Amino acid sequence: MKVVLSGNEAVARGFYEAGGRFASAYPGTPSTEVLEAIAKFDEIIAQWAPNEKVAVEVAAGASLGGARALAVMKHVGLNVAADPLFSLSYMGVNGGFVIMTADDPGMHSSQNEQDNRWYAKAAKLPLLEPSDSQEARDFTIQAFEISESFDTPVLLRTTTRVSHSKSVVLTGERIDVPLKPYRKELTKNVLLPSTGRLRHPVVENRLKKLRAFSTVSGLNWVDWGDRKIGIITNGIAYQYAREVMPGASYLKLGMTYPLPEKLIKEFAEGVETLYVIEELDPFIEEQVRMLGIKVTGKEKVPGIGELNPDIVSAALLDRMLAEDDFQKSELKLPERSPVLCAGCSHRGVFWALKKLRVTVMGDIGCYTLGALPPLNAMDSCLNMGASVGMAEGMVKVNPEKFQKKLVGIIGDSTFIHSGITSLIDMVYNRGITTVIILDNRITAMTGHQENPASGITLQHEQTKPLDLTKLSEAIGIRRVRKIDPYNLKETTAVIREEMQSPEPSVIIADAPCVLYEKLKLGPVYYVDQEKCVACDLCYKIGCPALVPGPNGRKPVIDPLSCIGCDQCAQVCNLDAILPEDLTFDNLARRGRSG
Amino acid sequence: MAITNVIFTGVGGQGVLLASDVLAEIALRHGLDVKKSEVHGMSQRGGSVISQVRFGEKIYAPLVSLNQADFIVAFEKLEAVRYLDYLKPNGVMIANDYEIIPATVEFGDVEYPKEILPVFMKKTNRIILENITKLAEGLGNPKVLNVIMLGILSNYLEIPEPVWRGAIKTRVPDKFLELNLKAFQAGREIRETAPGIVPQP
Repeated sequence: MKVVLSGNEAVARGFYEAGGRFASAYPGTPSTEVLEAIAKFDEIIAQWAPNEKVAVEVAAGASLGGARALAVMKHVGLNVAADPLFSLSYMGVNGGFVIMTADDPGMHSSQNEQDNRWYAKAAKLPLLEPSDSQEARDFTIQAFEISESFDTPVLLRTTTRVSHSKSVVLTGERIDVPLKPYRKELTKNVLLPSTGRLRHPVVENRLKKLRAFSTVSGLNWVDWGDRKIGIITNGIAYQYAREVMPGASYLKLGMTYPLPEKLIKEFAEGVETLYVIEELDPFIEEQVRMLGIKVTGKEKVPGIGELNPDIVSAALLDRMLAEDDFQKSELKLPERSPVLCAGCSHRGVFWALKKLRVTVMGDIGCYTLGALPPLNAMDSCLNMGASVGMAEGMVKVNPEKFQKKLVGIIGDSTFIHSGITSLIDMVYNRGITTVIILDNRITAMTGHQENPASGITLQHEQTKPLDLTKLSEAIGIRRVRKIDPYNLKETTAVIREEMQSPEPSVIIADAPCVLYEKLKLGPVYYVDQEKCVACDLCYKIGCPALVPGPNGRKPVIDPLSCIGCDQCAQVCNLDAILPEDLTFDNLARRGRSG
Repeated sequence: MAITNVIFTGVGGQGVLLASDVLAEIALRHGLDVKKSEVHGMSQRGGSVISQVRFGEKIYAPLVSLNQADFIVAFEKLEAVRYLDYLKPNGVMIANDYEIIPATVEFGDVEYPKEILPVFMKKTNRIILENITKLAEGLGNPKVLNVIMLGILSNYLEIPEPVWRGAIKTRVPDKFLELNLKAFQAGREIRETAPGIVPQP
């Protein structure tokens, strides 16, 4: 059947057709939809893991147990999972095992644009790179065959444009792959110095065989066109090159590690000028150069950011992007960056932190938007879970400046992902810092995936919710306080108090994601244009429902966006922001005089 | 058949991605190769959204090059201007005459552009600029904005009307089908604004 699928949906489809039985992932753009699509197949056990390392380990267990297994993550997630990845290369597989990494050139939704192909080389694993949805399906199926034939985990790498582009896919039927029998094998599955030494030569030998296979695999092929220009290319870059130079000769690489050396040499000999067109790092180019082949690559093709047909065209046709390519109007346009949603509970916490002039070690999630104007209430954002450890370290070296004036702030999902161990470190090493957990019980930024704190599984089944209060107490935090982040007075007071405390503390800001729950917290609010003096105070909470109205800077409230959270009303000194329905008890709940 | 390039743009939550999904489905049903590209994630939080659809006999790149879009279908005015560079000289601009003020305007120095039609006219005379949101509300639900936009676009493409209606049927729950087909028809009745004449609100 022919269907239009995204690259991510096509990987899911391929996994299903390949007889896959177990899949695990931690959500991360641009990889998230793979597991969501897999969850629709009843034949597959699919589950969210608390982080990527766990996803790989649970899937490794499924593979050892005999099933075809898949672990999925975004590029930085593979850093978290790198520990099992490298050792799994030595252990090999029982049921086929594929690890998918979705890289994000252009950093549409990431903090860096690392090129994860290096992991294949470093961990000595075969690497497949689809260039559209059809290949995403086909390569996933083939990856399992390679995994089982060569006794190796396989890396499947997509990029944002492959994962999130849709194209036509010819699908097939699911094949039945029975569980492989389990055998206890000490020298293979128990990695100790003595057994690891036995495994390393096996890995090197496997790599040799894979290199020979790369030429005959069918994943890498030559399409002879004009012999003046030969282009070696992979992934989405192939599509761009083919678009702008349809008549050239192509060596299209689907398996980019180990490379098909014989095929590359033959191709290079058959063309006059040889190009490597690849996104991000010169991963293929360096290896081609190692073969002693002269090639044009990164001196023409940018290694920073996403490629596109215009950039590839400029590189191949040896011209700068002409001025007339950009007919930008002289109008300076306002940016439309993402913002915390109208009525988001995180807003109140950041407003309080800003008011208290606190140094804030931030983390990764929707709440990272608290770093942007007008809240500007974040000093750092490094990686998943870093806020807790960084807060501890910063206070340790300069307590005079930072103790009582610094917090770490982290979402529930990120805390579970990798903040817990840092909190243990803080207690163990007698650190004194306040950690605020923004607990909306969902992984919101990536599109509302369930997590252990939700108490709901990927398939929306009830499970035991992780109790963050008890967990913090068990770690040794004696001061754990829950706050209603919509109550700005209470939020400010509790943060101030806890920062003063002579021991580490945890504040749990307890409120669901309003976007996920589609919540209306109260009646729509309005700005009394008579009372308003355009002091701009309310704008400083940065709610998108507050917009300039007909009276200059005096705001009006967009009734379609407002969910009645009352935060802007609490900020207004003149009581000029009021609910349309005055009988609603929001005012009492927020502890205002009304 | 030559390749057709369509850019859909708007603000997160307006239904831009669904409209582009429906067009991709229509192209497939019409027996064409089709590719579509967009970026998920941050856009959900009220950010600028762009989705690109390309169809024809054989499609390689999922991205439209500068000056190559045959159509820009803009659900919001500012977003129409933002991607104007992609429009082919004298390509068709289908823009919802509707403003969603971005948060940056409240505390930045950059203003929301006031006169948009003259900006469009630097690039093309083939313009539809009407308040489609108002039309959608008039039909009973602002959410049908995306189907009206598809209705307008359908006038320009040589794909039979039943294919469009069929694809809409598969994407819309039964209870909203009649409303959506009405919205599609309303879109089909909209014609280009005469060049140089500002449409009446």
